[in-house]
Amino acid sequence: MSPVGPLLLAALLFCIGIYGIIARRNAVLVLISVEMMLNAVNINLVTFQNLLYPDDPLVSGQIFALFIIAVAAAEVGVGLAIVFNLFRNRASIDVDDVDLMRW
Amino acid sequence: MTGHDVVFLLVALTTAGAGIMTVTSKNLVHAALFLALTLTGSAAVFLVLAADFVALAQLLVNVGAVAVLFLFGLMLTRAPIGREALDGQHRGLAIGVSGGLFVLLSVLIIGAFGGEGVREVTGPGVNEIGIALFAQWVLPFEVLSMLLLAALIGAIVLARRSPGESGTEAEPTHIELSGDPSTEAERRPELTAGGER
Repeated sequence: MSPVGPLLLAALLFCIGIYGIIARRNAVLVLISVEMMLNAVNINLVTFQNLLYPDDPLVSGQIFALFIIAVAAAEVGVGLAIVFNLFRNRASIDVDDVDLMRW
Repeated sequence: MTGHDVVFLLVALTTAGAGIMTVTSKNLVHAALFLALTLTGSAAVFLVLAADFVALAQLLVNVGAVAVLFLFGLMLTRAPIGREALDGQHRGLAIGVSGGLFVLLSVLIIGAFGGEGVREVTGPGVNEIGIALFAQWVLPFEVLSMLLLAALIGAIVLARRSPGESGTEAEPTHIELSGDPSTEAERRPELTAGGER
């Protein structure tokens, strides 16, 4: 199969994630969009590994994808903890409300 | 057009539709469930691309743990339902940026890889991944385990109720309900007047 299809799907998911990050106001939904962008990168990496460089002895693409899955899980844990703290302190998880550092 | 392409097309359409529904859904829980569907769809894309180990890791970690974590997060932080309250004023900007980037990326991808012929779908097996992971990639692997430990401890420290002693005698946290002038209820009272919160 041609590598264009998976690459286009990954680009679409990445752009959907960017739309979600800019347009959504709920902090948990912003984290969901970040997760989708990381996932799009994984599709890219696996496509390059398996369709274009299947003989790479280091298996770089798939191992990078595994690393990204693990780092994304850690990021979601810490991000949700921060969002809970925000909710506890401000009674709102609207990202537009978090403007303490604006001057 | 082989059977491979047909299966990939179906899976890709499902994944893209679920992804679009994730960022446009009005219901928070529906958004999290559509995220789970998107992640499952990309696991299926990995399977079509013959990356079975990555697909199973994706199912276990992302669909099994991360989506459930998001559901917990949404339920613990009660939030308004409704598009006006979920989306900000930046929707036009968001559509412009993401649409422009998608067009640019599509042109670049088709320009770069449109000439590539049909490739055979082959990939390294689990044994090769394991050997590479524990031979050449062992240092990043160990660093990653330290990162996971640090994230675990950091999440517990951040989400704990009181910085003092843990246990039952911690004070229940006082939540100021819209008393802060910088909250949304104060700034835009017409949104919350309907009792959405």
